[in-house]
Amino acid sequence: MMANDATIWLVIVLLGLGTFLIRFSFLGLIGNRKMPDWVLRHLRYTAVAFLPAIAAPLVIWPAATGGTPDPARLAAGIVTLGVGLWTKNLFAAFFAGGFVLFGWQMLPI
Amino acid sequence: MSSTISKSALLKGMRHGLPFMLVVAPFGLLFGVVATEAGLNIAQTMGLTILVIAGAAQFTAVQLLVENASVFLVLAASLGVNLRNAMYSAALVPHLGAAPLWQRALAGFFTFDQNYAASALEYETHPEMTVAEKIAYHLGLAAVIAPTWYSSTFVGAVAGTAIPPEFALDFAVPLMFIALVAPAIRRPAHVAAAVTSVVVALLTVALPSGVGILLAGIAGMIVGARVELWQDRAT
Repeated sequence: MMANDATIWLVIVLLGLGTFLIRFSFLGLIGNRKMPDWVLRHLRYTAVAFLPAIAAPLVIWPAATGGTPDPARLAAGIVTLGVGLWTKNLFAAFFAGGFVLFGWQMLPI
Repeated sequence: MSSTISKSALLKGMRHGLPFMLVVAPFGLLFGVVATEAGLNIAQTMGLTILVIAGAAQFTAVQLLVENASVFLVLAASLGVNLRNAMYSAALVPHLGAAPLWQRALAGFFTFDQNYAASALEYETHPEMTVAEKIAYHLGLAAVIAPTWYSSTFVGAVAGTAIPPEFALDFAVPLMFIALVAPAIRRPAHVAAAVTSVVVALLTVALPSGVGILLAGIAGMIVGARVELWQDRAT
């Protein structure tokens, strides 16, 4: 179920504002003071910490199958991960996974 | 003159921004398609793209809106994804900190993965650049990359309404997130952060939408930072 229109617009405006505040933070408000090491150390892991948390449940319990694990989607997720780790190339990884997903659906099973 | 924009540096930034069009456009297209398929109208899709200019955070917001998560959780999870921009902001201070406030605000609004990476490299290889030139270069990159992001999203949003559901586009989001993360996993600390994140996200899946992502993201950051510290001490 998609959120209603007013909620969507509220999210859009607040997310825009919040993102700007993050980007402007040190440039604008904090200025030339140095960030403590422990803060920088945690910030270095935001991408690798947040993105898998979003992807993992969607791979194992896909919305499209009503939350039932699906071999095609599991295989696509694993192949994307493997190709991404191996090639370090985001497009190669994405298209390899997509190829597996669509290829699997073409199989006569 | 620090309040005027250096034209030659602006043009150089724009020139250096051109290759990024190839990287950014497919994502913009995909975001436009996914957002409209999820139920956002074109105005909402463009509003998100124009104000936020951050692919992963935008996809996160759309995913959680579909799951009808609370506004607080949509924002917390999406801003969590965007937190790395605070690191960029801090790293740009030594270069852009002396510029007038309006220029810093503009540079802040238009800071994203691609132009941060390109600017950081340019400033490092050309330490003789003035503050005005550095600002102009950064904004020159953005002047090419941001419109590419906006226009490709628009094309995707218009096309998205015409793509039939059997194309399994629901799965584009997790695949793209895996494709974004995998190349970034280089050190044991990255592995530890990602594995922690996956485990916590799977264990907390029964909690209201967004809660698990937040907990998993925070746990992943703490574990990543901790492992980095251990590794540094061991060497």
